[in-house]
Amino acid sequence: MTEPLKRPKRKDPLKRTQQPLYPQSVRSRTAHGLTKAAAEGRFELQTCDDCSTVFYPPRDACPNCLSDRVPFRPVDDNGKLIADTTIRTSTDPYFRERTPWRVGLTKLDAGPVILSHLHGDVLEGQRVRLALKLDKGGAPVMIALPEKDTPNMADDPHLREMTCDPKFRRVLITDGRTPVGQAMAKAFSDAGANIVFVGIADPWKPFPGQDELKKIERVEIVALDVTDSESVTEQAEQNGGRIDIVINTAEHIRAGGIMQRHGVTVAREEMDVRYFGLMRLAQAFGPAMRGRGADGVNSATAFVNLLSVHALMNWPQYGAYSAAEAASLSAAQCLRAELRSGGVRVMNVFFGPLDTEWFQTVPPPKVTPAALAKAVVQALQHGLEDVFVGDIAEDIRARLAANPKALERELAG
Amino acid sequence: MVSNPASDLLGFARRVASGSIKVVDLTQTLTQEFPTIVLPPEFGQAAPFRLEEISRYDERGPAWYWNNFTVSEHAGTHFDAPIHWISGKDLPNNAVDTIDPRKFIAPANVVDCSAESAANADFELTVPFLEAWEKEHGRIGAGEWVLLRTDWSKKPYSEYAGMRDDGAHTPGPVPEAVKWLVEERDVHGFGTETIGTDHGQGHHFNPPFPAHFYMHGKGRFGLQCLTNLDQLPPKGAVIFSAPLKIKQGSGSPLRVLALVEAA
Ligand SMILES: [Zn+2]
Repeated sequence: MTEPLKRPKRKDPLKRTQQPLYPQSVRSRTAHGLTKAAAEGRFELQTCDDCSTVFYPPRDACPNCLSDRVPFRPVDDNGKLIADTTIRTSTDPYFRERTPWRVGLTKLDAGPVILSHLHGDVLEGQRVRLALKLDKGGAPVMIALPEKDTPNMADDPHLREMTCDPKFRRVLITDGRTPVGQAMAKAFSDAGANIVFVGIADPWKPFPGQDELKKIERVEIVALDVTDSESVTEQAEQNGGRIDIVINTAEHIRAGGIMQRHGVTVAREEMDVRYFGLMRLAQAFGPAMRGRGADGVNSATAFVNLLSVHALMNWPQYGAYSAAEAASLSAAQCLRAELRSGGVRVMNVFFGPLDTEWFQTVPPPKVTPAALAKAVVQALQHGLEDVFVGDIAEDIRARLAANPKALERELAG
Repeated sequence: MVSNPASDLLGFARRVASGSIKVVDLTQTLTQEFPTIVLPPEFGQAAPFRLEEISRYDERGPAWYWNNFTVSEHAGTHFDAPIHWISGKDLPNNAVDTIDPRKFIAPANVVDCSAESAANADFELTVPFLEAWEKEHGRIGAGEWVLLRTDWSKKPYSEYAGMRDDGAHTPGPVPEAVKWLVEERDVHGFGTETIGTDHGQGHHFNPPFPAHFYMHGKGRFGLQCLTNLDQLPPKGAVIFSAPLKIKQGSGSPLRVLALVEAA
């Protein structure tokens, strides 16, 4: 049974902070099929379209019939752990620091035998579930999990290396003035975060939900305005060295396209919040987080961007908004590359229209702030990188994969 | 003795240098945190003051420090030109770049409503109040500023902005008082310590925002977010308030200085 995680003690200020490392990995382009599945939290293996053979590791042709029609498809993740061994030495600096480290062979019911990391609660001969995760370096890896959830399962040190669980971590929610920011504060408090810093801009301006926000356990209101470089820098100077998860909830949502907007004042605000805001946060908080990627139980672990799914394809009804979201997404992809060397994950969470005042006239389905917050917490607990929340986001993702041009035309109405 | 105008000017400069004429700075520092006017979010918003470093003796410029700043014409201590309001849109020389520069220097009447405003954030400046003030301090002259001292500039930002769910609660003039100042006293303009020249609930007046409507409609000026009005005498201060020369600008942040005879 997993030893429950203890609330980390205060750091010994005389001890050097452990520098982040990540496992060596060389992956082929084909193998990035696994990266995609792991990033989105699905268990997928190559499955031959001609003979139905499921195989692993990834390759360009079916080992059974040599067909090159071998796409990644969801497969049954159940199997049996047939062998179990413990690595005691390693030439890989990442594993050297973490030995002994158990690995094992699982025979999947779907066919292949797969070498994977092992959760502490699995034993040789038992039924297990294989999960695809991203390791600290963002590479896809397998871990064998107990067939049924066990107590404190998420606290397993090997699994926690592959997830961004908010438990005992210190979270910064960048904007608490919005329903989404407030839902996040509640969700992260409930998920066991040690402190939930909630940024408030223009504190002289009252906002709905203010009193309830202050009452949430372990919430600490801080001054933060993502449109003000000085404010972001000052907040990073105060708390940047102990923030493990950033949730960028700063939003700017206005209907309208490009041509009918009458000037660029609102568009500048959109870009200031969504693109420059992200850049300011990245510059102020990123370097310290990257340096703390291996800083014990409450290491820096994730930078979360909340993005309209229309960052992926413009929705002309909210066209200028979509464009700013696309800029934010592109910056987030850059930040992902920049934080990877510290083992800090950039998680992009895509959603359709929210059930908030700025989408008042948009018909359902809409994503409630509470549902979005719950999805973000779960995605961090699972260690995902790309998350699609709600029917619209899922639908756009599927249509984008099938035919982007058709999607563009259809969104144009 | 017949005075020579040139030596008067030099004498003035000497008196400023010696301190026998005191210079009182009526300007709030331009900072990111200072409250700006808030309109309902579906309207265009006045950009608050923002500062971005270009370089600070670093790789971006090794021996020099400088910034870019962005700000709306109506943030911080700022000047309102007649073109700011629809009632003044067709007047000649109504923008900051075309106003006769002589108008940037004018005497001030400082009407102290600080006690009344402390007692009531919704304090309304009325004609009887102004008449009573004149009885004590003398008639408000044509071409002179009327500055409303409320000590609002001393409040913490949340009280300063006075935002509640029914709008702002800050002192200001009722329509009749502004009309009276313009039509009966021919004033130069109206200045306040609050975010705007109008009462916090001024949008409910008829006409809405009377200080803007009447003052700018008759080509008069506005000053807002002033500070240190408590250091000015009721009469006798001279205000220097030259806005930036923005092409067809509706207003501008500016340095407002008051010249006062040292006691
Ligand atoms: Zn095959």
